[in-house]
Amino acid sequence: MVEKIGVYICHCGTNIARTVDCKAVAGYALGLPNVVVARDYLYTCSDPGQEMIKNDIRESGLTRVVVASCSPLMHETTFRRAVADAGLNPFLFQMANIREQCSWISENRELATTRAKAIVGAAVMRVEFNEPLEVQKVPMNPNVLIVGGGIAGIEAALQIADSGKRVYLVEKEPTIGGYMARFDKTFPTLDCAACILTPKMVSVGQHPNIELLSYSDVTDFSGYVGNFTARIRRRPRYVDEEKCTGCGQCEQKCPLSVLSEFDCGLGKRKAIYRPFPQAVPSTPVIDREHCLFFTKGVCRVCEKFCPRGAINFEQKERFIDVQVGSAIIATGFDLFDASRVKEYGYGKFPNVITSLEFERLTHASGPTVGKIVLKNGRTPESVAVVHCVGSRDNNYNEYCSRVCCMYSLKIAHLVREKTDAKVYEFYIDMRAAGKGYEEFYKRLLREDVTFSRGRVAEITDVAQNSSENGKLIVVAEDTLLSIVKRIPVDMVILSVGLEARRDALQVAHIFRISRSKDGFFLEKHPKLAPVSTAGDGIFIAGSCQGPKDIPDSVAQGAAAAANVLSLIDRKEVELEPTIALIDEDSCSGCKICIGLCPYNAISFDEPSGHAVITGALCKGCGVCVAACPSGAIEQQNFTNRQLTAEVEAICA
Amino acid sequence: MVIGLSTRFEPKIVGFLCRWCAYTGADLAGTSRIKYPPNVTPIRVNCSGRVDPTFVLKALASGADGVLIAGCHPGDCHYTSGNVKTIRRFKLLQRMLNQFGVEKERVRLEWVSASEGERYARIVESMTKEIRSLGPLEWKTKVEA
Repeated sequence: MVEKIGVYICHCGTNIARTVDCKAVAGYALGLPNVVVARDYLYTCSDPGQEMIKNDIRESGLTRVVVASCSPLMHETTFRRAVADAGLNPFLFQMANIREQCSWISENRELATTRAKAIVGAAVMRVEFNEPLEVQKVPMNPNVLIVGGGIAGIEAALQIADSGKRVYLVEKEPTIGGYMARFDKTFPTLDCAACILTPKMVSVGQHPNIELLSYSDVTDFSGYVGNFTARIRRRPRYVDEEKCTGCGQCEQKCPLSVLSEFDCGLGKRKAIYRPFPQAVPSTPVIDREHCLFFTKGVCRVCEKFCPRGAINFEQKERFIDVQVGSAIIATGFDLFDASRVKEYGYGKFPNVITSLEFERLTHASGPTVGKIVLKNGRTPESVAVVHCVGSRDNNYNEYCSRVCCMYSLKIAHLVREKTDAKVYEFYIDMRAAGKGYEEFYKRLLREDVTFSRGRVAEITDVAQNSSENGKLIVVAEDTLLSIVKRIPVDMVILSVGLEARRDALQVAHIFRISRSKDGFFLEKHPKLAPVSTAGDGIFIAGSCQGPKDIPDSVAQGAAAAANVLSLIDRKEVELEPTIALIDEDSCSGCKICIGLCPYNAISFDEPSGHAVITGALCKGCGVCVAACPSGAIEQQNFTNRQLTAEVEAICA
Repeated sequence: MVIGLSTRFEPKIVGFLCRWCAYTGADLAGTSRIKYPPNVTPIRVNCSGRVDPTFVLKALASGADGVLIAGCHPGDCHYTSGNVKTIRRFKLLQRMLNQFGVEKERVRLEWVSASEGERYARIVESMTKEIRSLGPLEWKTKVEA
């Protein structure tokens, strides 16, 4: 049978038509073999655009359709559905990308038009060899994996668990809560962070549908949407979570105190500890590095005093496998390491501290019980807040960390509220975009805070006059006054930026997520799919995608949950039928393909002497197809004939 | 072949792009409106491991002046290790092309992640420039003869 091909060249408004002569491309297409209809249209993806295609299928009896428009990632599904509506198998449709990879990359109309013709020509020659295929449908496992128990992960977990679905929440720290648990107040409302966070943490801990796997991490993630297997490493706490009631006896009796990571080393904790009193789960962990039993073989005091016999020094690291249908990655951020900016003297001057250290100082249950004090215990008389440390700086991170302006204002407010200190804010630009944020800035302008516009050049203790003696001197240009200022202060707070987690690359590998240039996880589409990733069934939420404040992180957690729930409610997922098939008559039984398959989908059938592919295991990479010396393997929708047709069309 | 107003040689290059990384990266170059030469015409495959070396020879024999194979960075392959198989295959292919007298600049294997639109554009740019200076391949007269 001679095929009847219809070709549609989309203008995409002016997105394509501005650089590609769509009429000329349509005219060229009409001259290609077996093309019976070729039209150009303003918006092919619109309802009338799709109707036009459907009508042509019905009236002209088209047997193949090519649409030249945007990337297949954008509208392939749209057009496949349209041709299917008109009764044509959706795989008899071929998309040609003349927008992302043609009109948008060129300013030269002649060159772009020539390129569009080449791309359309290749699609037309290929579609001739497209075959009708059926999509594979596989059941959707309703269980969900969430990685990261910060506010984004907590929100997602609660939303999903409340709908009756099972959630495995994996957190690498001994407690959930993330950074928010360490903050004192939140901007701009000055809500107490603990008051709004801890009830949510408790809900997570008590929820019948959430299995909280703290002090754990995911080491392997395999499978595909609907059917993933996650391998989770459970690190030993040396305390039995089932038996422990969280009474805290062990912590009280433990004779060894070490610096607390939760308090940024400003306070102490015991060798058996909970990071903070409201930790969820409330089960403590034994810090093996310091515990006297593990280091010296003596003590076991916690074991003696535990009323429930929950201490277990024999606990070992163990691995569990869980089956899930989807995953949300909410692994958060790391703070910029302030010691990298040598000229600010962090680590050298004791009273130069980071914003997170300030949060712990001002926190009511922090190491100073909320008192803002210098290292010598005295209250500061003057404080400088330095914005953009590690952000908006080509030496470190080009991007704006988004939250620092607002939390710096909050810091200024808290210092003014709790002390009589004079406060100086050194900022580059004040970024207060958000509900109530600009108003909060205005409020601070009235709170007797001195704002100085310009990046801080240096923080030094070298005094030039008596008023600078014993002080930290902040040297900065005031760009509004065009003068260089030297401001002597007692305390400097560095508003450090947010960075991708140091292990983001490993996590990206495990979940096969791409990263953007700045190291954060890459969303599927920056505008329209902000919590999706290129991998079906794998979502991202919160600051692992880029710096975000609490409301945005919560919104993303909820958005990711909604995406997951919508997937689960479909009950089935459709898989591209691009699996490989073996022609048994041509297979010589050489077994080359068997070792190449990353999914062990190919086995050898001894009696018949040829290889066999298990369709359900094949993911459609096509590695075996390219390797088969007898050409016995074909990949559906990527057959040798289809791909060669494209090559020939391009080279003709 | 002559494209555009200039009479300089414009190489014809076939690009095999894996759908997960390189093709998405090339899309990103467009979305970011990065301009690059139009010489590489893309063919989308699921994995760079799908690229049968025969396709490369077919392209060169049919009139292409160069072939680009672009996939996910090693370790990032959507199919775990398809690109590793491409590396091995590519080494063998390079030796064979060398024996045919095809300059190594004409066939390139590159890694482009989904976020590397800029990188994709620069690869296309440098490859086009290199092959332009080499001149047409002329397989029929140079290689087959």
